[in-house]
Amino acid sequence: MRYLHKIFAVIAKDVVAELRTREMLSSMFVFSLLVILIFNFAFDLRAENQRTLAPGVLWVAIAFAGMLGLSRSFIMEKDRGSMEGLLLTPVDRSAIYLGKMLGNVLFITVVEIIILPIFVVLFNLSAADIPWLLGVMLLGTIGFAGVGTLFSAMAIHTRAREVLLPVLLFPVVIPVMLAAVKLTAAILDRLAFDEVQNWFSLLVAFDLIFMALAFILFDYVMEE
Amino acid sequence: MIEIRKLVKAFGNRAVLKGVDLTVAEGEFLTLVGPNGAGKTTLMSVISTLSKPTAGQVRVSGYNLADGAVEVRRQIGLVSHKTLLYDDLSAEQNLHFYARMYDVPNVNTRIETVLRRVGLWGRQRDPVRTYSRGMQQRLAIARAMLHDPPILLLDEPDTGLDQHAAAMLSNLLHEVGATHRTVLMTTHNLERGLELGDRVAILAGGRIAYQADKSELDARQFREVYYQSVEG
Amino acid sequence: MTKSDLLTAILLALAGLLMLGAVVLVFGVAPDPANLQTPVERYSQRIFYFHVPTWWVGFLAFIVSAGAGVLYLITRHERWDVISLSSVEIGVAFTTMGLITGSIWAKPTWNTWWTWDPRLTTAAIGWLMYIGYLMLRGAIDNPERRARFAAVFAIVAFLSVPINFMAIRWWRTIHPVVIGAGSADAQGDFTLGPTIRMVFFYCLFTFTVFYFALMSLRARTEWLTRRVEHLKQQVIFR
Repeated sequence: MRYLHKIFAVIAKDVVAELRTREMLSSMFVFSLLVILIFNFAFDLRAENQRTLAPGVLWVAIAFAGMLGLSRSFIMEKDRGSMEGLLLTPVDRSAIYLGKMLGNVLFITVVEIIILPIFVVLFNLSAADIPWLLGVMLLGTIGFAGVGTLFSAMAIHTRAREVLLPVLLFPVVIPVMLAAVKLTAAILDRLAFDEVQNWFSLLVAFDLIFMALAFILFDYVMEE
Repeated sequence: MIEIRKLVKAFGNRAVLKGVDLTVAEGEFLTLVGPNGAGKTTLMSVISTLSKPTAGQVRVSGYNLADGAVEVRRQIGLVSHKTLLYDDLSAEQNLHFYARMYDVPNVNTRIETVLRRVGLWGRQRDPVRTYSRGMQQRLAIARAMLHDPPILLLDEPDTGLDQHAAAMLSNLLHEVGATHRTVLMTTHNLERGLELGDRVAILAGGRIAYQADKSELDARQFREVYYQSVEG
Repeated sequence: MTKSDLLTAILLALAGLLMLGAVVLVFGVAPDPANLQTPVERYSQRIFYFHVPTWWVGFLAFIVSAGAGVLYLITRHERWDVISLSSVEIGVAFTTMGLITGSIWAKPTWNTWWTWDPRLTTAAIGWLMYIGYLMLRGAIDNPERRARFAAVFAIVAFLSVPINFMAIRWWRTIHPVVIGAGSADAQGDFTLGPTIRMVFFYCLFTFTVFYFALMSLRARTEWLTRRVEHLKQQVIFR
């Protein structure tokens, strides 16, 4: 119980800090909208191919916005040395990892919830798909933030911190992107679950494996 | 009580601490002076479990660093030259967060007590970024005392403070020292080191070069020893 | 000359001799695969003796780097960091060669230098991942932290390879799978006769020896570089 209490304290602290400035959420939101807009120009999305491009556009927007959120996540800890303050508390490192990770999932999910209706309108999709899309988004976001939180904690100690995170993270989370795009496409195309069950399993497996791995390795990243 | 035996800390091939032996007795205020780069901050971060020693032993209140890191952290309050605070949060929110992480009972009364003690009660709702450097450092002290730790580690707490703020900090540290806490403070400021400590030690070249009770030495002699050990 | 220098020399000499043997076997002994018709296909097929062992060495190098990463985190001995770094460097060199030789083979066979075939894509992703490893190391000043983070990254990166691989199997692939079951849609597939098989495994062995020779050479150089650096600092910071 105490362990859960501390995870929650870390999340609550991040949420309170974010609500005060709203810097991160607003920049993530605007950035993801811009990605969708740029795709519109770049691919000149015409009526007949909109639906086929939609899943890819959606996930690129999420990945880029998520990347922004992840890189902010530990920069905020590092700036005044509050990272050390966090590490000085008599709390298992894994609780700090889970707190930061769930906080990141929360922030990215909030952005997703805001952009999804806009996305549905722009791509002329059915509103009935929204709950299913949110489910896939949540699974994808967990996989993304699971490794992302670990790498973000490493990237802040490097010289090129914001630049390095995408270089490290994108290659590792490609299976998440592939599975998420496939599942999103399956929802839009009304495929039966059986047809994409392997992608669903892959996504869940990735989430579990890499969360467990990051959970173990976080301890080694957190030494000064 | 802090007991350090043959402590070595190396970064890659470079040893910063080369066998430190030091004991801070229960209730004692020990100041550790040394030039920049002598390894003071490294020593502090090893004692406070932030970095792992390469070799040697550290015991804090009887807990071994190697296997009781979480317990050691509970015993320690650290004030460093960084504030360890969240700029966007208010003083109250900062302390509230840390109180939860340290399992502090009666959170609200405890926060009020420490904030009154450092003279920040009244500004508790303002975000930390609106505080002056001196106020931030006082809040950092409040943060370190929040869970009522038996041991205080002060790592160059007066860095970047103006004279007024530094004087205020000194007063505060005097008070803290008088409450029977075990205190280990590092500073590169000889005068302040002599003024505050019951005992002084010199860290130079990764080793304890000299240590003595304050009653046993006069200031001029100490200064000579200091410059010798730093240059030698 | 120390014991490890001697080992390095022996490994290098052995790798050189084996490599000469490989050239003779590949161009003199190995027959053309029975099902390849055009001369271009027949000539380009021989890159297979070079291309596949190259990827095998890349893969082996990344296993070694992940294993050394685990050992580094447990023991904190710098030796494992040296091994992990050396292995990634060699792995990147070999996977780069793998990408180039693959392209050379693909041009006459698939009539394109590059396709977004999932296996090629995964190979490119893996290659990028280890370029990332080298960039990560380059961006950290503290040597102890550099070793620690590199170990963590090497472990994560390596474990993501099988998941990547699984993902590609489910995509349609045109890459031939000459070892194990292949897809019916594969283009440029060829059958392995007993002699071809023998020459191929000989090449695989040769490249493996070559990998260990390079490893011992590179790890030794890295270790000595660090010692020189250490001695220099001792003189400067005394």
